[in-house]
Amino acid sequence: MSITPELDARFRATALAEGLVDVRYDVTESPVGDLFIASTPRGLCRISYTIDGQDEAIARTFGARVLRMPLDEVRRELDEYFEGRRRDFDLPLDLSGVAPFHEAVLHELARVPYGRTDTYGALAQKVGRPKAARAVGTVMNRNPIPIVLPCHRIVGANGSLTGYAGGLHVKRALLELEGAMLPS
Amino acid sequence: MEAMAIPPFERFYGENAGDVLGYLRRLLGQRAEDAWQETFLRALRAYDRLEHGSHLRAWVFTIATRVAMDELRAGKRLVAVEEIDGKPVELERPAYTELEHLTEGLPPKERAAVVLRYGYDLPYAEIGEALGSSEEAARAAASSGVRRLRRTVNVDHA
Repeated sequence: MSITPELDARFRATALAEGLVDVRYDVTESPVGDLFIASTPRGLCRISYTIDGQDEAIARTFGARVLRMPLDEVRRELDEYFEGRRRDFDLPLDLSGVAPFHEAVLHELARVPYGRTDTYGALAQKVGRPKAARAVGTVMNRNPIPIVLPCHRIVGANGSLTGYAGGLHVKRALLELEGAMLPS
Repeated sequence: MEAMAIPPFERFYGENAGDVLGYLRRLLGQRAEDAWQETFLRALRAYDRLEHGSHLRAWVFTIATRVAMDELRAGKRLVAVEEIDGKPVELERPAYTELEHLTEGLPPKERAAVVLRYGYDLPYAEIGEALGSSEEAARAAASSGVRRLRRTVNVDHA
């Protein structure tokens, strides 16, 4: 037997209103492919280019009371960004579960402006660890909220794109969208 | 052995929501929807205190059984008609309501055992878990329920 959409919606709305949901997630379409997005009551906590298994990953970090529900605000800001109408995100973020060094690097990363790039070494310098360019690379690699925390703006010292969770073609597409790179 | 990880609630919900509603419909008929929501809200409230992800299906059936038995004990009558355009209309009964009406006079525990066994085809071990008793007690409740039904049916046809 399957439940009606009305019954399902009523249950989800009640669960949310009663504060019983640790983390909500959804999958949203974007010009760079489907994105897994998730929010806790504190804020946006995950954007991922891979969908499979992400529900289990967020359950481990934020709690097992995970429900799939629309995240309208996140979706709207992402849509505006991809349409070129938004340069900065206004979403509150939840970085709980992120190690202190990673958090410090991500805070500096958030300050790299739209349409600009910076290098791993420069970011290391900004957090007071000038020799930690490689460790900064690891932080970029594990960035829980790509796009909003713009690790696509961090490139190698020689200007090469080096790597990206969504693939180098996505990194290139985001930099082209922002005008930081000429269309190839 | 490593304990089974607790799955994200969404997965647990997706795997069990429909079956639990079917079960509650057999026990409660049209009152099932409120009991179904109460069942999953109770499950969600307790979900972050679970220690492992084993037997989640039996666990949610246990909760559903308790909610249903509370409802049955409250003794509210079932409504067999629904209003359509302001006029009461007798609904065509789907198969599960036959069992629901047949077992209406049974004590709640026997009723749940009979419905779980004969309407839902659950093994006695799982029925025992759902009823918070042993496999043997579940078997005894079901067979006592069936004996009682036979007597009722015989009396009706005498």
